[in-house]
Amino acid sequence: MTPRLIIWYGELTTRRRLLKQGFLFLFAAMAWMMVFLVLPGLVLVVVSFATRGAYGQLEWVFSLENYKRLMGFSLFGWTADYLVILWRSVVVAFITTLISIILSYPLCFFIAARDKRSRYMWLTLVIIPFWTNMVIRTYAWFLILAPELPFARIAAALGIITPGMPLYPNAFAVYIGMVSMFLPFVTLPLYASVEKLDWSLVEAAQDLYASRIRVFTQAILPQTLPGLSVGVILTFVPAMGMFVVPDLLGGAKYMLVGNLIQQQFGASRDWPFGAAISMALMVLTMVSLQIYRRRSKEIEHI
Amino acid sequence: MKTENACDSEFGEQTGLVVEGVNKRFGKVEALKDVTLQVRRGEFFTLLGPSGCGKTTLLRIIAGLELPDSGRVMLGGQEITSLPATKRQVNTVFQSYALFPHLNIFENVAFGLRSRKFPKDEVNKRVERRLAMLGLTEMRQRYPDQLSGGQKQRVALARALVNQPEILLLDEPMSALDAKLRAQVQEDLRRIQRRLGRTFLLVTHDQSEALVCSDRLAVMHEGRVVQCGTPEAVYDFPQNRFVAEFLGAANLIEATRVPSGVETRFGILQLESPPPWTKGLLAIRPEWIRIRENQPEANGLRAKVSEVIYRGTNFDLWVEPGPLRVRTSSYKHFKSGDEIWLELAASELVILDEAK
Repeated sequence: MTPRLIIWYGELTTRRRLLKQGFLFLFAAMAWMMVFLVLPGLVLVVVSFATRGAYGQLEWVFSLENYKRLMGFSLFGWTADYLVILWRSVVVAFITTLISIILSYPLCFFIAARDKRSRYMWLTLVIIPFWTNMVIRTYAWFLILAPELPFARIAAALGIITPGMPLYPNAFAVYIGMVSMFLPFVTLPLYASVEKLDWSLVEAAQDLYASRIRVFTQAILPQTLPGLSVGVILTFVPAMGMFVVPDLLGGAKYMLVGNLIQQQFGASRDWPFGAAISMALMVLTMVSLQIYRRRSKEIEHI
Repeated sequence: MKTENACDSEFGEQTGLVVEGVNKRFGKVEALKDVTLQVRRGEFFTLLGPSGCGKTTLLRIIAGLELPDSGRVMLGGQEITSLPATKRQVNTVFQSYALFPHLNIFENVAFGLRSRKFPKDEVNKRVERRLAMLGLTEMRQRYPDQLSGGQKQRVALARALVNQPEILLLDEPMSALDAKLRAQVQEDLRRIQRRLGRTFLLVTHDQSEALVCSDRLAVMHEGRVVQCGTPEAVYDFPQNRFVAEFLGAANLIEATRVPSGVETRFGILQLESPPPWTKGLLAIRPEWIRIRENQPEANGLRAKVSEVIYRGTNFDLWVEPGPLRVRTSSYKHFKSGDEIWLELAASELVILDEAK
């Protein structure tokens, strides 16, 4: 090797070189995103204005029909069906995220209070569900909520369901499935924030007569907000589009937007309408995240 | 001996804070062993000791952030031992200041008043007054990360004082400041305390801080209060080896009682009163050893300078026979090898308590 080559090789990972050549290194990832994210996204936009042919093929006749249909206008007058599904999806994603947060805080404090070695054990327990396929995990709930098992029996004894019936499909089962699916996505990033919490701020708040709620909102929440935000995004965005869990545990009456999209691209063979719903989902997700960002900024700097 | 050990004495109506027989253990470590002390109302009291001596634990117990295993804490005649921090008329300036990073200076200072739901204009009035007193009015809209260490410290002080605490606790509040600023802040703190007439309890490992600030101080060592009194009393009459060495510099001299005085490595020395032990320790501070032209009448020592250390305001001489440190004013120059007469005057020799 010539000396120049050696120097070049040695400097390859210095700060200056990495910063200077950062753009070059970026190329591969950029190309990937262009081909597999941006282009399909643009195609989706175009398709959402196209028309379904008689046999489900795409016809390049552009109109706003798909969006009108989504808003509920059809040949037979106006219905709120699709809007209800959209709204329900936002609500389910919101409540799933909220429940995950409420469950994660005590869990994170519990793990952070263990001694160093057993912390990893607890964190591993949180991660273990990731090792199992999502569909299989959801089917596992079928078993747990089956009519012969205690949960369904207790519910039947309390008169909540008819004896001999399982605890699904219904909204309750959807929430159980969703929360169990997304809990680790909130717990892990939140734990990272909780672990390095500056307890002197908590003590200062107590010293300054703060109630428990005030200690949480003023001393704990602002400090854990970075981790919480990651968790919220990792949960809310996929929860909005989730279709496996509501499909299996929610049944036909509890359809979410994810199921609707899947239906259009699948059984109904109506790609243009599916694309339009996908666009609506994307817009709704972005608007929700924007609202969250505003809110969390308010907490960070009042 | 004029030693004042006023920690256990009664002050009647004046009583501010009373700590009685407090013990605290963390696992195998005994952090506090039967600590008893009284702080008068309106007094600047300091807990002085090296790290790990239990002083911070005691402060946290008084603040309500820690529970003692046994013993009592009384404030203004009321027992507060198991009262939570939120219910105590006690406020703390934390070592790290613990300012709320998401709140501006005004809101930081207003925090305690808002917790207790004071009316808005009362909050404004009180906060503005404290900000003005500490020269922070201009900073009220800034956030803690935009302030210097000294400014943060004043905000922490304002945030605690605005609540008008019965007793203000200061947990090593100056450890994050540079030496020059620290000296100034010590004096400021003293003036503020005098002006407000409130009880301050300072925890520090810095002996000069303790001497400058306190009306009285307690020296702590391994979970016990080893000596308590005014700074002058403790400095001039250390009771034991630990206090003598921790507070200022001291020469320790092993001594054995004999009919004419005590026998030491420097010969027979006269004392003002006979020691309570047959074999024990004497202490003399380097600045109390006098340098003489001629042989003094008693307690004289012919010595040779072995090392000269320049310290700005004075010289420290190490002399033979030794080890003995002598402090001189800076205009008297000595050099290594000079032969001098020293006087270890009987009035300057302190008899330490512990026997050998």
